Amino acid sequence: MARTDCSAGRLVLVALTALALGGCPRAPVVQPVATPAPPPPVAAPKPPPVRTDLFVVLPGADGKTGQVTVTQGGVEKVLSTPYAAARIDPSGRLESSTASPQEVRQTFGATVDALPPRPVSFVIYFLQDSAEVTPESRERAQALLAEVARRLSPEVVVTGHTDRVGTVEYNDRLSLQRAERVRAELVRLGVNPARITVEGRGEREPLVATPDEMPEPQNRRVEVSVR
Amino acid sequence: MRNASTWWTGISVMAVATALLAAPAFAQDAGELKVSRGVVHIERSGQRLPAPAGMRVRQSDVVVTGADGSAGITFADASRLSVGPNSRLAIDKFAFDSTTHQGAFETSLEKGTLAAVSGNIVKQSPGAMKVRTPAAVLGVRGTEFVVRTGDGTN
Repeated sequence: MARTDCSAGRLVLVALTALALGGCPRAPVVQPVATPAPPPPVAAPKPPPVRTDLFVVLPGADGKTGQVTVTQGGVEKVLSTPYAAARIDPSGRLESSTASPQEVRQTFGATVDALPPRPVSFVIYFLQDSAEVTPESRERAQALLAEVARRLSPEVVVTGHTDRVGTVEYNDRLSLQRAERVRAELVRLGVNPARITVEGRGEREPLVATPDEMPEPQNRRVEVSVR
Repeated sequence: MRNASTWWTGISVMAVATALLAAPAFAQDAGELKVSRGVVHIERSGQRLPAPAGMRVRQSDVVVTGADGSAGITFADASRLSVGPNSRLAIDKFAFDSTTHQGAFETSLEKGTLAAVSGNIVKQSPGAMKVRTPAAVLGVRGTEFVVRTGDGTN
């Protein structure tokens, strides 16, 4: 009985559909007719998440404060004074603000405490046009080794520099030779070679600015950074 | 035909040149985890790795900390970044040329807190370091800053 009723119901549906399709019964498609599906149960609309983004520029260890820009959509805030801040306000807009040192301590204390220790640099000087170390520079090695020993996971970055006598390419090679020379010395003194990286900066980073081709002993150096 | 083969040769040469240029940036580690406190993981290629101090960090890694966790990384350009508890920091891009100091450094703080001291990339090219949050982008000209991002649930 139920089946018959059902078939009858389907026939009616097919007929209706055929009518709706303009009397073309070749491929009757059974479609839901007339009564629209009830709307799905409405979940209580979630309030849009309230963002709590905060950006603060801090005074540097050298006493100078840097500069950061914060951009959201087309809005840009420039932060360049100690504790200058930008916040996303409850309406979602980016606003200029300031943060107190206390707020920074409270919000970012554990974070700032996890910053790795500052790298410490040692400078080793060279004789002109040579990979020979000056006698005074040999003594500096002891302080360097102590710094390596003090760190949990020390990396030693050896960066060679030259003065501006010679071409850029020549000085790139010479600076790397000087760095390699110091690297070999550090390995001889017991530093794990796997922890040493060697770089050559050529004449790009003089300690003392000079015209090109000017000999300058202070620029013929290797910096060893322990980080 | 000659044109076509020249074209293909050109493409191949370009592809090889690109691969050669790109190789050092990918082979290079971005930095090293120096501080690892509490629960700290690195998500890498779909895996979740425990992350003790001394672990090398690469581009595309995501540093994740638990409720008691914090972590500090020194990068190849001498910049230093740390994250506090309940944080996720994605290292989207890190490239650094140790001779010229040219490079790019982009991270996303997906949640939690970040502290940073910029390094040689920013010294050479102010603005070449960026930190994204879900809401905004921070461009770095120097040097020390902190960021918190959250939606009120963390």
